[in-house]
Amino acid sequence: MVIPLSAWLTLAALMFACGLYAVLTRRNALALLLGVELMANAANLNLVAFGAAQGSYEGQVMALFGMALTVAEVAVGLAVVIQLYRRHKDIRIDAASELSG
Amino acid sequence: MSWVVFGGVAATMLTGAVQVARSDDLVHAIFWLAFTLVGTAAGFAMMQADLIAVLQVMLYTGGVVTLMLFSVLLTRRLDSARASVASVGTSSGLFVAIGFAVLVLPAVFTSALPDGTPAIADSAAVAESFLTRHLIAFEALSVLLLAAMIGAIVIARRKDWGGEW
Repeated sequence: MVIPLSAWLTLAALMFACGLYAVLTRRNALALLLGVELMANAANLNLVAFGAAQGSYEGQVMALFGMALTVAEVAVGLAVVIQLYRRHKDIRIDAASELSG
Repeated sequence: MSWVVFGGVAATMLTGAVQVARSDDLVHAIFWLAFTLVGTAAGFAMMQADLIAVLQVMLYTGGVVTLMLFSVLLTRRLDSARASVASVGTSSGLFVAIGFAVLVLPAVFTSALPDGTPAIADSAAVAESFLTRHLIAFEALSVLLLAAMIGAIVIARRKDWGGEW
Protein backbone atom coordinates (compact mmCIF):
# COMPACT_ATOMS: atom_id res chain seq x y z
CA MET A 1 0.00 0.00 0.00
CA VAL A 2 1.36 3.37 -1.05
CA ILE A 3 1.03 6.60 0.92
CA PRO A 4 -1.14 8.98 -1.17
CA LEU A 5 0.31 12.22 -2.46
CA SER A 6 -2.04 14.34 -0.35
CA ALA A 7 -0.49 12.98 2.87
CA TRP A 8 2.98 14.10 1.80
CA LEU A 9 1.65 17.49 0.67
CA THR A 10 -0.07 17.99 4.03
CA LEU A 11 3.14 17.16 5.86
CA ALA A 12 5.13 19.57 3.69
CA ALA A 13 2.55 22.34 4.14
CA LEU A 14 2.69 22.00 7.93
CA MET A 15 6.49 22.02 7.87
CA PHE A 16 6.43 25.13 5.64
CA ALA A 17 4.07 26.81 8.11
CA CYS A 18 6.55 26.11 10.94
CA GLY A 19 9.36 27.61 8.87
CA LEU A 20 7.22 30.64 8.04
CA TYR A 21 6.50 31.15 11.74
CA ALA A 22 10.22 30.93 12.54
CA VAL A 23 11.13 33.46 9.84
CA LEU A 24 8.45 35.89 10.98
CA THR A 25 9.13 35.75 14.71
CA ARG A 26 12.86 35.17 15.12
CA ARG A 27 15.14 38.16 15.50
CA ASN A 28 18.38 36.18 15.61
CA ALA A 29 19.78 35.92 12.07
CA LEU A 30 20.90 32.30 12.58
CA ALA A 31 17.51 31.20 13.91
CA LEU A 32 15.93 32.95 10.93
CA LEU A 33 18.14 30.95 8.56
CA LEU A 34 16.93 27.77 10.28
CA GLY A 35 13.38 28.76 9.34
CA VAL A 36 14.42 29.32 5.73
CA GLU A 37 15.96 25.84 5.76
CA LEU A 38 12.67 24.35 6.94
CA MET A 39 10.76 26.04 4.13
CA ALA A 40 13.25 24.90 1.48
CA ASN A 41 13.09 21.38 2.89
CA ALA A 42 9.31 21.38 2.61
CA ALA A 43 9.59 22.49 -1.01
CA ASN A 44 12.01 19.64 -1.76
CA LEU A 45 9.66 17.16 -0.14
CA ASN A 46 6.87 18.42 -2.41
CA LEU A 47 9.04 18.07 -5.52
CA VAL A 48 9.96 14.47 -4.74
CA ALA A 49 6.38 13.62 -3.76
CA PHE A 50 4.91 15.00 -7.00
CA GLY A 51 7.55 13.19 -9.03
CA ALA A 52 6.91 9.92 -7.23
CA ALA A 53 3.15 10.21 -7.70
CA GLN A 54 3.68 10.52 -11.43
CA GLY A 55 5.97 7.52 -11.50
CA SER A 56 8.89 9.55 -12.80
CA TYR A 57 12.29 10.54 -11.48
CA GLU A 58 12.10 14.14 -12.75
CA GLY A 59 11.02 15.26 -9.30
CA GLN A 60 14.27 13.89 -7.90
CA VAL A 61 16.25 15.91 -10.44
CA MET A 62 14.41 19.08 -9.43
CA ALA A 63 14.93 18.28 -5.74
CA LEU A 64 18.68 17.95 -6.35
CA PHE A 65 18.72 21.38 -7.99
CA GLY A 66 16.76 22.74 -5.04
CA MET A 67 19.16 21.22 -2.53
CA ALA A 68 22.19 22.71 -4.28
CA LEU A 69 20.54 26.14 -4.35
CA THR A 70 19.66 25.94 -0.66
CA VAL A 71 23.18 24.97 0.32
CA ALA A 72 24.62 27.89 -1.68
CA GLU A 73 22.12 30.22 -0.03
CA VAL A 74 23.07 28.98 3.44
CA ALA A 75 26.78 29.45 2.75
CA VAL A 76 26.29 33.07 1.69
CA GLY A 77 23.81 33.67 4.53
CA LEU A 78 26.25 32.42 7.15
CA ALA A 79 29.01 34.59 5.67
CA VAL A 80 26.70 37.59 6.04
CA VAL A 81 25.93 36.58 9.64
CA ILE A 82 29.63 36.38 10.48
CA GLN A 83 30.29 39.79 8.92
CA LEU A 84 27.28 41.18 10.81
CA TYR A 85 28.79 39.90 14.03
CA ARG A 86 32.15 41.49 13.23
CA ARG A 87 30.62 44.90 12.63
CA HIS A 88 27.93 45.04 15.30
CA LYS A 89 29.00 42.38 17.82
CA ASP A 90 25.39 41.23 17.54
CA ILE A 91 23.55 38.96 15.11
CA ARG A 92 20.03 40.18 15.84
CA ILE A 93 18.74 41.50 12.55
CA ASP A 94 17.59 44.74 14.19
CA ALA A 95 21.27 45.57 14.68
CA ALA A 96 21.73 46.06 10.96
CA SER A 97 19.53 49.07 10.29
CA GLU A 98 21.85 51.23 8.18
CA LEU A 99 19.78 50.65 5.05
CA SER A 100 16.39 51.31 6.64
CA GLY A 101 15.11 54.71 5.63
CA MET B 1 2.25 -1.09 7.67
CA SER B 2 3.44 1.76 5.49
CA TRP B 3 1.03 4.07 7.33
CA VAL B 4 2.77 3.21 10.60
CA VAL B 5 6.13 4.13 9.09
CA PHE B 6 4.63 7.29 7.62
CA GLY B 7 3.24 8.24 11.02
CA GLY B 8 6.66 7.85 12.59
CA VAL B 9 8.33 9.88 9.87
CA ALA B 10 5.68 12.60 10.04
CA ALA B 11 5.88 12.81 13.83
CA THR B 12 9.68 13.10 13.64
CA MET B 13 9.56 15.85 11.05
CA LEU B 14 6.79 17.90 12.66
CA THR B 15 8.22 17.63 16.18
CA GLY B 16 11.55 18.87 14.86
CA ALA B 17 9.94 21.63 12.80
CA VAL B 18 7.89 22.96 15.72
CA GLN B 19 10.92 22.91 17.99
CA VAL B 20 13.04 24.73 15.38
CA ALA B 21 10.42 27.45 15.35
CA ARG B 22 10.05 27.87 19.09
CA SER B 23 13.07 26.45 20.95
CA ASP B 24 14.68 28.94 23.33
CA ASP B 25 18.19 27.67 22.75
CA LEU B 26 19.81 28.18 19.37
CA VAL B 27 21.96 25.04 19.61
CA HIS B 28 18.90 22.98 20.49
CA ALA B 29 17.06 24.47 17.52
CA ILE B 30 19.90 23.42 15.21
CA PHE B 31 19.81 19.85 16.50
CA TRP B 32 16.03 19.79 16.09
CA LEU B 33 16.58 20.91 12.50
CA ALA B 34 18.93 17.94 12.02
CA PHE B 35 16.13 15.74 13.43
CA THR B 36 13.68 17.11 10.85
CA LEU B 37 16.16 16.72 8.01
CA VAL B 38 16.86 13.07 8.86
CA GLY B 39 13.10 12.49 9.03
CA THR B 40 12.79 14.03 5.58
CA ALA B 41 15.52 11.71 4.31
CA ALA B 42 13.46 8.77 5.62
CA GLY B 43 10.46 10.20 3.76
CA PHE B 44 12.49 10.38 0.54
CA ALA B 45 13.50 6.76 1.03
CA MET B 46 9.82 5.83 1.43
CA MET B 47 9.15 7.45 -1.95
CA GLN B 48 11.85 5.29 -3.60
CA ALA B 49 14.16 8.29 -3.93
CA ASP B 50 17.25 6.59 -2.50
CA LEU B 51 19.76 8.95 -4.08
CA ILE B 52 18.02 12.03 -2.68
CA ALA B 53 17.75 10.42 0.75
CA VAL B 54 21.48 9.73 0.90
CA LEU B 55 22.36 13.20 -0.40
CA GLN B 56 19.97 14.76 2.11
CA VAL B 57 21.84 13.14 4.98
CA MET B 58 25.26 13.96 3.51
CA LEU B 59 24.59 17.56 2.45
CA TYR B 60 22.19 18.80 5.10
CA THR B 61 22.76 16.80 8.22
CA GLY B 62 26.47 16.47 7.55
CA GLY B 63 27.18 19.82 5.93
CA VAL B 64 24.62 22.48 6.72
CA VAL B 65 24.06 21.55 10.37
CA THR B 66 27.82 21.46 11.01
CA LEU B 67 28.19 24.84 9.29
CA MET B 68 25.39 26.25 11.45
CA LEU B 69 27.03 24.97 14.64
CA PHE B 70 30.34 26.56 13.64
CA SER B 71 28.55 29.84 13.01
CA VAL B 72 27.03 29.70 16.48
CA LEU B 73 30.49 29.14 17.96
CA LEU B 74 31.88 32.07 15.98
CA THR B 75 29.13 34.52 16.84
CA ARG B 76 28.00 33.56 20.33
CA ARG B 77 28.21 36.07 23.13
CA LEU B 78 27.85 34.24 26.39
CA ASP B 79 26.00 36.97 28.24
CA SER B 80 23.12 37.36 25.82
CA ALA B 81 23.11 33.97 24.13
CA ARG B 82 19.72 32.96 25.46
CA ALA B 83 17.99 36.30 25.24
CA SER B 84 19.00 36.84 21.64
CA VAL B 85 16.94 33.96 20.24
CA ALA B 86 13.74 35.20 21.82
CA SER B 87 10.80 35.37 19.42
CA VAL B 88 8.90 38.61 18.87
CA GLY B 89 5.38 39.12 17.57
CA THR B 90 4.46 35.51 18.24
CA SER B 91 0.70 36.01 17.99
CA SER B 92 0.79 37.70 14.59
CA GLY B 93 3.39 35.17 13.40
CA LEU B 94 1.12 32.35 14.54
CA PHE B 95 -1.79 34.00 12.75
CA VAL B 96 0.11 34.14 9.46
CA ALA B 97 1.44 30.58 9.75
CA ILE B 98 -1.98 29.10 10.59
CA GLY B 99 -3.55 31.27 7.90
CA PHE B 100 -1.11 29.81 5.39
CA ALA B 101 -1.99 26.27 6.40
CA VAL B 102 -5.73 27.05 6.28
CA LEU B 103 -5.32 28.44 2.76
CA VAL B 104 -3.16 25.63 1.39
CA LEU B 105 -4.59 22.47 2.97
CA PRO B 106 -8.09 22.71 1.36
CA ALA B 107 -6.36 22.98 -2.02
CA VAL B 108 -4.42 19.80 -1.23
CA PHE B 109 -7.57 17.86 -0.42
CA THR B 110 -9.84 19.17 -3.18
CA SER B 111 -7.43 18.98 -6.14
CA ALA B 112 -7.32 16.04 -8.51
CA LEU B 113 -3.84 14.77 -7.70
CA PRO B 114 -1.89 12.14 -9.63
CA ASP B 115 -1.83 8.95 -7.65
CA GLY B 116 0.63 6.59 -9.31
CA THR B 117 3.13 4.31 -7.69
CA PRO B 118 6.67 5.64 -7.18
CA ALA B 119 9.14 4.65 -9.87
CA ILE B 120 11.75 2.20 -8.68
CA ALA B 121 14.79 4.23 -7.74
CA ASP B 122 17.29 4.43 -10.54
CA SER B 123 20.23 6.65 -9.71
CA ALA B 124 21.75 6.01 -13.12
CA ALA B 125 18.69 7.51 -14.85
CA VAL B 126 18.83 10.59 -12.60
CA ALA B 127 22.54 11.03 -13.28
CA GLU B 128 22.06 10.56 -17.01
CA SER B 129 19.30 13.15 -17.21
CA PHE B 130 21.64 15.63 -15.55
CA LEU B 131 24.07 15.20 -18.43
CA THR B 132 21.46 15.13 -21.21
CA ARG B 133 18.07 16.80 -20.68
CA HIS B 134 19.14 19.14 -17.90
CA LEU B 135 22.70 19.79 -19.03
CA ILE B 136 22.41 23.57 -19.35
CA ALA B 137 20.69 23.95 -15.98
CA PHE B 138 23.36 21.70 -14.47
CA GLU B 139 26.18 23.84 -15.86
CA ALA B 140 24.44 27.05 -14.77
CA LEU B 141 24.12 25.55 -11.31
CA SER B 142 27.83 24.84 -11.13
CA VAL B 143 28.56 28.47 -12.08
CA LEU B 144 26.12 29.60 -9.40
CA LEU B 145 27.83 27.43 -6.79
CA LEU B 146 31.20 28.87 -7.78
CA ALA B 147 29.80 32.41 -7.50
CA ALA B 148 28.26 31.63 -4.10
CA MET B 149 31.55 30.17 -2.88
CA ILE B 150 33.56 33.22 -3.98
CA GLY B 151 30.91 35.52 -2.58
CA ALA B 152 30.87 33.76 0.79
CA ILE B 153 34.67 33.98 1.05
CA VAL B 154 34.74 37.67 0.08
CA ILE B 155 31.93 38.59 2.47
CA ALA B 156 33.27 36.64 5.43
CA ARG B 157 36.96 37.48 5.13
CA ARG B 158 38.57 39.93 7.51
CA LYS B 159 39.19 43.41 6.17
CA ASP B 160 42.70 43.45 7.65
CA TRP B 161 44.04 40.31 6.04
CA GLY B 162 46.88 42.25 4.37
CA GLY B 163 46.03 41.58 0.72
CA GLU B 164 45.81 44.03 -2.14
CA TRP B 165 42.01 44.18 -2.35
